[in-house]
Amino acid sequence: MPRTTSTHPTHQTRGSTTRPVILAIGLLAAVLTQQAQAQQTLTVAAFPAVDEIVKSAIPAWKAKHPNVEIKVVSRQFTDHHTAMTTALSTSSYLPDVMALEIGYVGRFAQSGGLEDLAGSAYGVQKFKSQFVSYAYDQATSRSGSVAAVPADIGPGTLLYRTDILAKAGVTEAELTKSWDSYVASGVKIKAGTGAYLMAHARDIKDILIRTGIQPGEGLYLDSQSRVLVNTPRFVRAFELARKVREQKLDAKIAAWSNEWGEGFKRGTLTTQMTGAWLAGHLNNWLAPSTKGQWRAAQLPEGAWAAYGGTFYAIPKAAPAANKALAWELIQLMTLNRDVQTSAFKAQDAFPALLSTHNDAFFDQPIEFLGGQKARVLWRDASRHIKAVSVHELDAFAEEVVNTELDKVLDQGKDIPTALADAQKLLERRARR
Amino acid sequence: MKLPVALRLSPRWAPYVFISPFLILFIVFGLFPLLFSLTLAFVTWEPTRGLAAMKFVGFENFTFALTDEWFWKSLKNTGWLALASGVPQHLVAIPLAYFIHSSFKRLRDGVVGAYFLPYITSTVAIAIMFSSLFSTDFGLINVGLEVLRQVPGLGWLLPEGRIDWLGKPDNVKPAVSLIVFWRYVGFNVVLYLAALQTIPKDLYEAASMDGAGRLQQFWFITLPSLRPMIYFGVTLSVIGGLQLFEEPFILTGGRGGSDQAGMTSAMYLYRTAFDFNDFGTASAMSWLLFVVVAVLTWMTNRAFRPRGPSA
Repeated sequence: MPRTTSTHPTHQTRGSTTRPVILAIGLLAAVLTQQAQAQQTLTVAAFPAVDEIVKSAIPAWKAKHPNVEIKVVSRQFTDHHTAMTTALSTSSYLPDVMALEIGYVGRFAQSGGLEDLAGSAYGVQKFKSQFVSYAYDQATSRSGSVAAVPADIGPGTLLYRTDILAKAGVTEAELTKSWDSYVASGVKIKAGTGAYLMAHARDIKDILIRTGIQPGEGLYLDSQSRVLVNTPRFVRAFELARKVREQKLDAKIAAWSNEWGEGFKRGTLTTQMTGAWLAGHLNNWLAPSTKGQWRAAQLPEGAWAAYGGTFYAIPKAAPAANKALAWELIQLMTLNRDVQTSAFKAQDAFPALLSTHNDAFFDQPIEFLGGQKARVLWRDASRHIKAVSVHELDAFAEEVVNTELDKVLDQGKDIPTALADAQKLLERRARR
Repeated sequence: MKLPVALRLSPRWAPYVFISPFLILFIVFGLFPLLFSLTLAFVTWEPTRGLAAMKFVGFENFTFALTDEWFWKSLKNTGWLALASGVPQHLVAIPLAYFIHSSFKRLRDGVVGAYFLPYITSTVAIAIMFSSLFSTDFGLINVGLEVLRQVPGLGWLLPEGRIDWLGKPDNVKPAVSLIVFWRYVGFNVVLYLAALQTIPKDLYEAASMDGAGRLQQFWFITLPSLRPMIYFGVTLSVIGGLQLFEEPFILTGGRGGSDQAGMTSAMYLYRTAFDFNDFGTASAMSWLLFVVVAVLTWMTNRAFRPRGPSA
């Protein structure tokens, strides 16, 4: 008996030597993560251009918080927003700060996954007057909660080829006086030069349905989920788009396609309604060889519209210990003049911070636009744009409207029937 | 080196440990998503609200999907594309395999390899390449047609002007089917070649002794012997065709083209989930699509299944 008991414990000790090793590794790992936490790291999830802007702000951040690291997790635009959707839905791998494109702000805000920055812990409302007003409003819900802080905006503008206009004998005033004169100019341009007025007839619909939205209305649905598709706003948009197509004024190409870039390079596209940022893209990679031939104007008929914009938000389920610092980082990114101005200079990110708007940079001529001081024009536009409230069905509504427009343009479906069908399809969803 | 006893694997657990890599991967990437999507099909869920926001709605998602105009439209598109790309695959692959089998000796592997290449190439790369080939103003296909139009006598056969391949609803489907056909025909050739090699030579010898020509041999020996492989190949085409996603998705920029003419059911349910944020309805649609695939596979089985000598 004693012998067996003596051999048995040796086995036990042998066995247990492995256990302490495992324990030690576990402890070490725990200590390491603890240390990492003690050093504190803020994770920022972003997409291209925004990631660069955050990275370039790190020195300014480090000057204030030498012990807090900033880790930028960068993904492609669509991947980033899919990853954020997944992170919010599972409450895991959430960053401390997430950059969001305007199209996602409303969607995420309505679902309640983002911190209300108007809450007592943050108090974004005291900075309200410092931001371009429509940008701030875009992130504000009907109940007054603020889901995100605007960083950059995309004031709408009409970019046009001045050389093609001159060849066709069309002036800028003709182009922008009214929508009808815009289309009439397109006819002249097509006849005189063979160039298309615009990339796709859809573009003119997209801007027209955004003009003349009454207070309380949304783009497609109002706050009571009443569908607004069968209204004069849409009728006019569809009619003008059909006119553009009938006169063969559009190249029938989608934005960001290869043909789109090629059209800019070869000068087959005369105008593009877009955000001010497109001038930068044209200059950098889309069509650098067309430098000096482009000009910017306000949109026709005094229309004002926003094309995109970037916001920063804090997910509710992010680590609570980091939230105060996350808020501080957001303030640095959005309220610091230097950060905002250098992002504008380096990445064409039009600042949402009003105090940057009297920077000398605004008065500098833009070489790509033939020396035009277009930033002043865009600054003016940013003052006129109104925020449109978002609805959870917006993405679906856009698809419905685009499909009905396809039928009008390609299959000759008449507009009242098309809009009535769109209304029906949308109401069916809205009732759910 | 001998492992300490405590670390040794007892024979009792060894099988489970050895099979666990597969089981774990299957549970994580196979079983769990399956059950999760089954759950989703019976709830409404706004994903960004978190998992707690699921609400049970019974069969509502299914009834909604079944009464959804666009779901039926996507099913029709899918059926059209599956037929237009699937049937020619086999009609071409069988004679082609027969031809390669009987006419190539030394070059055979090279020829088969050439036909098989599209199958192993990334779908995304193929779709991007074809979208530039199909480009209205700058695409090689329209340029080629332009050249052909100059040939005397051919001009009246070809349409006037440039063809808007991916913009016009009437053209999107043929364009997509062409790519799918091109991609999978080689795969089917390999299948049929393998089957051809198993047909005993003496059958052909006996037939030629009886005076049967090449066509008769093909019709009465080759085709019936290929039947099991046709069943296999058609089943794969049915399943693959009904789940068609990448090619139309990339060619049409994710939207399905004008009037959604190229929007397959797989694309529609993907968009319903990720663009329109309705994971419940999307899951219900995916299960409905599964039912369609199952029924059609069963019908393929009825039509092509190998029968005993009595049948």
